[in-house]
Amino acid sequence: MKRSGYTFWQKLWKQRALVLMSLPFIIYVIIFKYIPLWGWLMAFQNYWPGQSFFEQTWVGLDNFRLLLTDPIFYDVLRNTLAMSLIKLLSGMFFSILLALVLNEVRFTKFKKLTQTISYLPHFISWVVGANLVMNALSTNGIVNDVLMNLGIINSPIMFMGIPELFWWVVGASHVWKTVGFGAILYLASIVSISPSLYEAAVIDGASRLQRIRYITLPALKPVIIILLIINVGRLMNMGFQQIYLLSNGRVIEYSRIFRIFELDFGLKMMRYSFATAAGIFRSLVSIVLVFSANHIAKMMGEERLI
Amino acid sequence: MLRAKKRDWDDILLDIFVYTFLIALIVMTLYPFLNTLAISFNEGRDSIKGGIYLWPREFTTFNYESLLTDQQIFHAAGVSVARTVLTTVFGTFLTAMLAYTISRKDFVLRKFITFIYVLTMYVQGGLIPTYFLYQNLGLTNNFWVYVLPGLVAAFNLIIVRTYINGLPESLIESAKIDGASEFTIFLKIIMPLSKPVLATIAIFTAVYHWSAWWDVFLYNSSNPALSTLQYELMKVLATANSMSGSMQQALANSAQSAQITPRAIRATMTIIVTVPIAVVYPFLQRYFVHGLTLGGVKE
Repeated sequence: MKRSGYTFWQKLWKQRALVLMSLPFIIYVIIFKYIPLWGWLMAFQNYWPGQSFFEQTWVGLDNFRLLLTDPIFYDVLRNTLAMSLIKLLSGMFFSILLALVLNEVRFTKFKKLTQTISYLPHFISWVVGANLVMNALSTNGIVNDVLMNLGIINSPIMFMGIPELFWWVVGASHVWKTVGFGAILYLASIVSISPSLYEAAVIDGASRLQRIRYITLPALKPVIIILLIINVGRLMNMGFQQIYLLSNGRVIEYSRIFRIFELDFGLKMMRYSFATAAGIFRSLVSIVLVFSANHIAKMMGEERLI
Repeated sequence: MLRAKKRDWDDILLDIFVYTFLIALIVMTLYPFLNTLAISFNEGRDSIKGGIYLWPREFTTFNYESLLTDQQIFHAAGVSVARTVLTTVFGTFLTAMLAYTISRKDFVLRKFITFIYVLTMYVQGGLIPTYFLYQNLGLTNNFWVYVLPGLVAAFNLIIVRTYINGLPESLIESAKIDGASEFTIFLKIIMPLSKPVLATIAIFTAVYHWSAWWDVFLYNSSNPALSTLQYELMKVLATANSMSGSMQQALANSAQSAQITPRAIRATMTIIVTVPIAVVYPFLQRYFVHGLTLGGVKE
């Protein structure tokens, strides 16, 4: 560690002011973020509170074996991935569409107003969001009223009580809450496209649709890929609060995702080790997903995240 | 000639699509809020019949009166404000301080600190171990569980560090020659120059903490004195048909209890929780968008 004539320790002493300013933060992150990692060992024990950590019985991989043979586990895996994918794809699709559409608006004031309104749901909590969604979807809510007035249905649908509909309720409410905010990044990329490209296309006689198809969309490709990678790493963790708040007993088979499973089995049923094993499984899958997505992006010659 | 005409039609169709799409978006975004507002001002039993859209049918302020006589709501609002203000003020200051140290390219611990913070974005201890840790630290049934764990977040740290890196280094050099200590440089030079990015992460933090109910539910749900507004609303939502403790109290307190219905309570609570956000929204909006593009530069 000899650099510029000082040893590491001499440099450390020289920079003691900076060390003093950052040391509390090192201790802080170790306590709050790294000590819980040690708790992962619980998954290899039959943990029972009241005994000290070292008095626990070690059971090897038993908890993981139990987990993988539990039929609920496969429902949970299916629900987690299905809802995350629905949310990821529909969220991206509508955000990109909104960015493209906003870019075609020539009245600056209307554009600003629309944008300002479209971010609004991003700033409210999911508690408020879930209340609004359930109000709109209730039997005398607006969605049923509109469908009935259009003659599409004869009697109100209980949207929140039909298990098969739950994934789509989650997907639609996700789009409602995030579309405006999601469009910001895409719009920022569109604005940075060189105007000379569009001017050249106009001279060549390209229509507005053709300009979107051949200039704007290709220019968005890098940001789309980066956001896909970031989000693929989050597939196992996406939107827990939303799903928890919207779900109810009638739809549990379609709404139980990993973190709800961990909560139910861990803190409510006190099967701590079992729930921790489920948590480890979730983290491992996340890590595999983020590295695979990163690798695929690298092979495609795109920018990487890590 | 033919080509020109086709282009005109394309243009018109595209414009029709664009404006229909945007107007539909505006309606679908605003309607749920306006409808909830109308229901909150409508007589409870009347709301059950349905058919209330943008305007109350039987106007009343009774829903608000009965909820706002409940001390629990004010107490919860106080806790919400306290946690939001404390975390925003201290969290922003501390994040800036750590960001300054790791922005100094000659600092020996720069890489180490950056690494141990960034890693927390990908690897987390999970629900159960974290719960036991907080229990051992005495943070369950404790107000400080709202503040301490969230003081310095890796994501905010990286945004601020990136911003400070972009400031001219000569400022720090000349301050050093003048004999300023590291802490003085941070406080007197870096902090004032970083105002835009600090405003952004302050808003990130404030919105997050105003919206939080999850930590209340996990760690403090047994103690009503530590409840927050969002958690009170969450309880109303969870027991959409049977009412929560504080709501029942509100009912018991009012003589005309039959007038109040779960749906009216939910609507009224939703509005009470949302109003503070709506009030600061123009300010929020400006810095939030600004901050998102700051973060975008980093990627």
